[in-house]
Amino acid sequence: MARSTSLYSARQRRSRVAMVLSLVATLFGLGWLVLILGVLVYKGFGGLSLKVFTEMTPPPGSDGGLLNPIIGSLILTALAVVIGTPIGILAGTYLAEYGRHERLASAVRFINDILLSAPSIVIGLFVYEIMVAPMGHFSGWAGAVALGVIVIPVVLRTTEDMLRLVPDTLREAAASIGLPRSLMITRIAYRAASAGMLTGVLLAVARISGETAPLLFTALNNQFGSMNMNGPIASLPVVIFQFALSPYAEWQKLAWTGALVITMTVLALSIVARLIAAPRKSS
Amino acid sequence: MNVAAMSVPSVVHAAADPAELEDKVIIRDLNFYYGDAQALKNISLSLLSNKTTAFIGPSGCGKSTLLRVLNRMYDLYPNQRAEGEVLLDGEDILSAAQDVNLLRARIGMVFQKPTPFPMSIYENIGFGIRLYEKLPKSELDDRVEHALRRAALWEEVKDKLSQSGLSLSGGQQQRLCIARTVAVKPEVILLDEPASALDPISTAKIEELIDELKRDYTIVIVTHNMQQAARVSDFTAFMYLGELIEFGATNRVFTNPAKRQTQDYITGRFG
Repeated sequence: MARSTSLYSARQRRSRVAMVLSLVATLFGLGWLVLILGVLVYKGFGGLSLKVFTEMTPPPGSDGGLLNPIIGSLILTALAVVIGTPIGILAGTYLAEYGRHERLASAVRFINDILLSAPSIVIGLFVYEIMVAPMGHFSGWAGAVALGVIVIPVVLRTTEDMLRLVPDTLREAAASIGLPRSLMITRIAYRAASAGMLTGVLLAVARISGETAPLLFTALNNQFGSMNMNGPIASLPVVIFQFALSPYAEWQKLAWTGALVITMTVLALSIVARLIAAPRKSS
Repeated sequence: MNVAAMSVPSVVHAAADPAELEDKVIIRDLNFYYGDAQALKNISLSLLSNKTTAFIGPSGCGKSTLLRVLNRMYDLYPNQRAEGEVLLDGEDILSAAQDVNLLRARIGMVFQKPTPFPMSIYENIGFGIRLYEKLPKSELDDRVEHALRRAALWEEVKDKLSQSGLSLSGGQQQRLCIARTVAVKPEVILLDEPASALDPISTAKIEELIDELKRDYTIVIVTHNMQQAARVSDFTAFMYLGELIEFGATNRVFTNPAKRQTQDYITGRFG
C-alpha cells in the first residue's frame, strides 16, 4: 500500500497555519500586557522616590508620598489574611479529608465556586449592609472583613486541591501506625501539601491587594493619615482611584506611582508563589 | 484457564501440627463487601505466631482485601464492610468496641509503594514512637537506631538522619517504612506486595529482612511472585475469586497441592 504524500503534506500545511494563528493570538494577548506594564513604568517610575514611602498623601497642589495608603493597605491585607485563611483552610480540609463522599461537600464546593467568581463590588455591598450601615460609619474593620471574604474561596480552593494531591497511600501509611485522623491531617497531609497551601495564601494576597470596589463601600479613604481601624482608612487602590480622577497633576502622578507599586508587589508575590510551588529539585 | 473445575473451597490444614503452634489471628467466616460487590466469601483461616503466611492468587482474588481487613484499613472508606470474626489473641477486632488506632498500633502494615512521611529520616521513625510513648530524647534516639538496625538500614543512614526520608532510594525508603512499622512495636506485620516496586537487590534485602523479623513478629505477606512466596513463607493461602481455595504449609502447597486450581496457578497455567 503506497502512502499518499499529498495527504501528508496537506496535513503539514494545516499544522503550519494553525501554529501561525496561535502564535499571533499569543503575541496579541501578551502585547497588551507588555503595553500596560510599559505605560505603568513610563508614567510611574519617574515619581518613584523615597518620599513615596515616607510621606503622607499631600493636599492638592503640593508634594507628598503614599505612606498612609501603603500602611493602610498592609494592615487591611494582613487582617484579611488573618480572617480569611483559617476559614479557608478549615473548610478546604473538610472538603478534602472529611466530606469527600458527602452531599454537603458538593454543595459547599458549588457555593465556593460562585463566591470565587463573585464580583468584588457585591462583596463590598454585602459588608456595607452588615457592618457599615449598622455601625453608622465606614471603618477599616469593615474593609478587612470585605477583603477577608474574598480570601476565603481562594484559600479554600487551593487547600482542597493541594490536599487532594496528597496520595491516599500516605494517609493509609499514617493510619497504619495508629495515627488518628486529626493527627494524620495536621502532621502528615498538611506537611505534604504545605507548599501548595502557602501558594494559595500568597495568590489570595495578590488578589486582594489590588481590590478597590469592596473598599469603596467599607474602608473608604482617609486624607488625614489616620490609622484608626474604627474609622475610614486609606488604602492604595482607593487612593489611586481618587487621585487618578482628580484634576491635580501631583495627585495624578502619585496615582501612577501607586499603581506601579501595587503591580510590582503583586508580580513579586506571584513569582515567590511560583518558586515555592515549583517542585524542589533535590530534597 | 481452567475455571470450570471450581469446587467448594475447603481449609486444608498444615502438615505441621497446628496444635503445637499458637494461633495469633483466627479468621472465621469472613465476608467482605465493596458496596454491593462481595470481595471475600466465607474465609476461615488461622495465622500462627512467629510464622510467615503468604496470600497468593491472581489479581482481584481478594488477597489484598483480606490483608486490609486485618488492620481494618477499610474503615477509612465508606461503603466497605466486613462480616464475620477476626480474633487477635481471642479478641474480635471487627467489633465496634475495638479502637482502630490501638489496633493498628498492634498490627502494622507496609505497602506496595514506599510511603515515607514528608519529614526527616529520624522523624519518620520517632513520630510513630512518640504517638504512644513518652520517652526522653536519649531513649528515643536508641529506639530509632534499634528500629533502623532491625530494618537493616542503620549503616546506610546513620550519618544523615536529619535528611528527608524522600531523599532515599526506593529500596531504602521501603526499609525505612519497615523500620517505622517495627518502631511502634506491633505484634503482627502485614506486607502488601512490599517488593513489587523494587529492583532485585532491594527485593533480596527485604526478603532477608522478613526472615529475620518473623522471630519477633507474626508476618503476613501478599505477593504476586510465587517464588517469593515459596522463599519467605511458612504457610501459604491460595485465593481465587474471593474464595480461599487452599491453605497449608508452603512446602506442601507448592510441591503437592490438594486442589487442581492451586496446581494450575503455581505452575503458571492461569493467573
